[in-house]
Amino acid sequence: MGLTRRELTRREVTRRGLVAGGVALGMGSMLVPARRAGADAGSVSIAYNVGLPSWDPTVGPSAVNPTIQAIYQSVFDQYVGQNPDLSFTPGLLEKWGWNAAGTEVWMDVRKAVVWHDGTPLTPEDVRWSLTRAGDPKSGNPIQFIWGNLSGFKIDGQRVTAQAKQFDPVLFKWMAFLTGYVLPRAYYEKVGPEGFEKKPVGTGPYMVDAYERNAFLRLKANPHYWGGKPAIDTVVFKFVTDASARVAEIESGASDVTLEIPYEEFDRLKKKPGLKGVTTPISDIGMIFITNVAPMLDENVRQAMVHAVDKKLLVDKLLRGYGVPIDTLEAPQYEAFDPSIRTPHDPKLAVEYLKKSGFSKSKPVKFTIQTTRGFKPKDYEMIQAIVGMWRNVGIHADIEVYEIAKHFELRMAHKLAPAAFYNWGNAIGDPTTSTGFAMFGPSPHSAWKTKDVDALIGPLWGERDEAKRIAGWKAVDRYVAEHALVLPLLQYVQPIVHKDTVKVVPSISGSLQPARFTRA
Amino acid sequence: MLARRILLRLLQAVPTLIGVAVLVFVLVRVVPGDPVAMMIPPGASPDDVRRLHALYGLDRSIPAQFALWAEQAVTGNFGISITTRQSVTGLILGRLPATLELVALATLIAVVLGVALAVLGTRRAGRAGEVAVDAFAGFALAVPDFLWGLAFIVGFGVLLPLLPISGRADPTQAIAASSGFILIESLARLRFAAAGDVLAHMLMPATALALPLAAMIARVLKASLAEQMGQDYALLARVKGFSPLHVIVAEALRNAAIPTVSLTGVQVTFLVGGTVLIERIFSYPGIGNLAIDAVINRDLPLIQGLIITFAVLFILINLALDLSYAALDPRLRRG
Repeated sequence: MGLTRRELTRREVTRRGLVAGGVALGMGSMLVPARRAGADAGSVSIAYNVGLPSWDPTVGPSAVNPTIQAIYQSVFDQYVGQNPDLSFTPGLLEKWGWNAAGTEVWMDVRKAVVWHDGTPLTPEDVRWSLTRAGDPKSGNPIQFIWGNLSGFKIDGQRVTAQAKQFDPVLFKWMAFLTGYVLPRAYYEKVGPEGFEKKPVGTGPYMVDAYERNAFLRLKANPHYWGGKPAIDTVVFKFVTDASARVAEIESGASDVTLEIPYEEFDRLKKKPGLKGVTTPISDIGMIFITNVAPMLDENVRQAMVHAVDKKLLVDKLLRGYGVPIDTLEAPQYEAFDPSIRTPHDPKLAVEYLKKSGFSKSKPVKFTIQTTRGFKPKDYEMIQAIVGMWRNVGIHADIEVYEIAKHFELRMAHKLAPAAFYNWGNAIGDPTTSTGFAMFGPSPHSAWKTKDVDALIGPLWGERDEAKRIAGWKAVDRYVAEHALVLPLLQYVQPIVHKDTVKVVPSISGSLQPARFTRA
Repeated sequence: MLARRILLRLLQAVPTLIGVAVLVFVLVRVVPGDPVAMMIPPGASPDDVRRLHALYGLDRSIPAQFALWAEQAVTGNFGISITTRQSVTGLILGRLPATLELVALATLIAVVLGVALAVLGTRRAGRAGEVAVDAFAGFALAVPDFLWGLAFIVGFGVLLPLLPISGRADPTQAIAASSGFILIESLARLRFAAAGDVLAHMLMPATALALPLAAMIARVLKASLAEQMGQDYALLARVKGFSPLHVIVAEALRNAAIPTVSLTGVQVTFLVGGTVLIERIFSYPGIGNLAIDAVINRDLPLIQGLIITFAVLFILINLALDLSYAALDPRLRRG
């Protein structure tokens, strides 16, 4: 039974009035136009395309997710840094190298670096981080690289370790996936769960607030060894839906966004107050060829390769935002060789097929697998390629699968004769592109034959860098000449930002707010 | 009597939950997509792959994995998420309040709007008002909730930027809340600015979820009201001189409500399912958004925990529905 008007006391009337007034104020504040991002000159909001599942950059699936690295690199420092052009630069290691025999590494740890909790970085932190990364029980997916080191010794700022074998790419991995230094004392004090709640790094930004699947707010580290970042507050909004990211930047609710459809990029960059920048990144689209019938017939493979007009795909499907490639090395990679070419030549493709008795009336048939919507226009691109193949005498059925299934099939060497995939290689080394994609024993390769393995095998431990790179170029030439894979294009990353913010894109695709400045 | 009834229903739910758990456990393991395959980097050897399988307990047989999982699950421990390496129970409980608040607000909007439309349509029966209500309901039903969401983003987020597009609260502001129910807590603590901010973030996703349900409520309730308005008691009330609106609201509405409540209860369960897409579109940090990430990453323990959570929610909603029947219809209280 509710109170009647007479039964209401003055106090209750006042209280109800206050509540009602408050509610009205709250409702009123809802209808005030949504807050504009960047209203505060020291703040930048980024509508980001992925969320952050975990704060430990060295374990679990997020540790090997290239897109998340931009967030990790804002909070943590890597052993070795990387410039936007993929070149390497001192990170928490000022100098590094191998001994003359190639059996021991040495690393000079940077002085006067402090963790976000105010404690100093020590060489022991570096030793502990590398030891932990190399421990099979740690869950580090790159353990097979870090496990190469053991017998660590510390002498002043120098850390040394014995290597089981010479690895020419070891220090490049220190600027790549899981190559982060974590604070030993703090981590051991709070444990993994405590670290997830309050991560501490030495990076340019400190974690101010974090809500999973929603946002991350960072504050500039005033004691950063590389100098305090120009932007005081950075907010990563985790907006995984591309259309929502477009709305975020268009409405002014965010200052920067990335990975939006190229049509939207072209539209938005023309709008007053917005600018667009595109950069070719270390991510390529390719078609894996599996060494099963009918791909064992080189004529079929050669026809597949020569029938595809990559420039047309880039121009028509990706609005020109892509770089056609002929090997698994993008132009910015160390082993890129512009003289290796596999030109579009449908007549040549027809001739190759004719040699094996195939023609338009008697086409060779196989299945091609592809994702749909995982990469820009992936399915449409495969549809177009299947059309190009049909014109020369190749009939391919398209099978759409999820990326998780691709990984599983690839690991089990059960991919279809042709399978579309994208391959990232943020350190630009040939081992992490051609090497792992084409070396038979790798769980990532689809073409597994002894001839290719014989070429690649000696290069893993090659100590002469010039000879090593020349060796990889020779592998790329062999792969192209025998059509063992079908490289398609290098992807281009679209970034839209307000004209009040200056953004520095990176070929690695890592959009780092520490490089932002006010325009 | 009521407590016994609730207890009985809860006991009946146990076999359902066990069935769901077994089914989900087996299904997520037989569908393609190995979570370890998702995380192995270039250069990993078959030994590395085996090591990661063992680390996540995926090297055991499915019955052995289920036995281990079930042993923990009965104590409320759904294991450790493969993606985040955190407790699944903690992850779900951390996100569940956001989804519950969104579903509650969407249901409230749907009921208020649906009832208002039904009353308006009944009051204006045979006239343009009824046609307008029917047309609106038809349109609202025809457009799925995620399309409403996208339309709202364009309309009220971009063209007329009145409401925020993403998230649950303004990330540049700190909202102090000791529980995950930040809207309810902000209102309870009379922090109206914070409540307004949270409501502003929820308004578009909640309305997008609510519109199809509101249309359904309007249609069913209007039909029931039309039937009730022809009953003797309603005609008598009219003869006594009560206004049509009074008769609809004060006399017919309660009697017409039972089929609507039944429908609403069923539809709210679908609405909970609808949060998966809507939360994604609006980057709303609830369990729906968490579910999509879990599926993309093949985070098996998290997928299992989330489906069990959804199943529990469905069971509780149905229980609440049964109890509300009894409240509305005295005959049911006597069993």
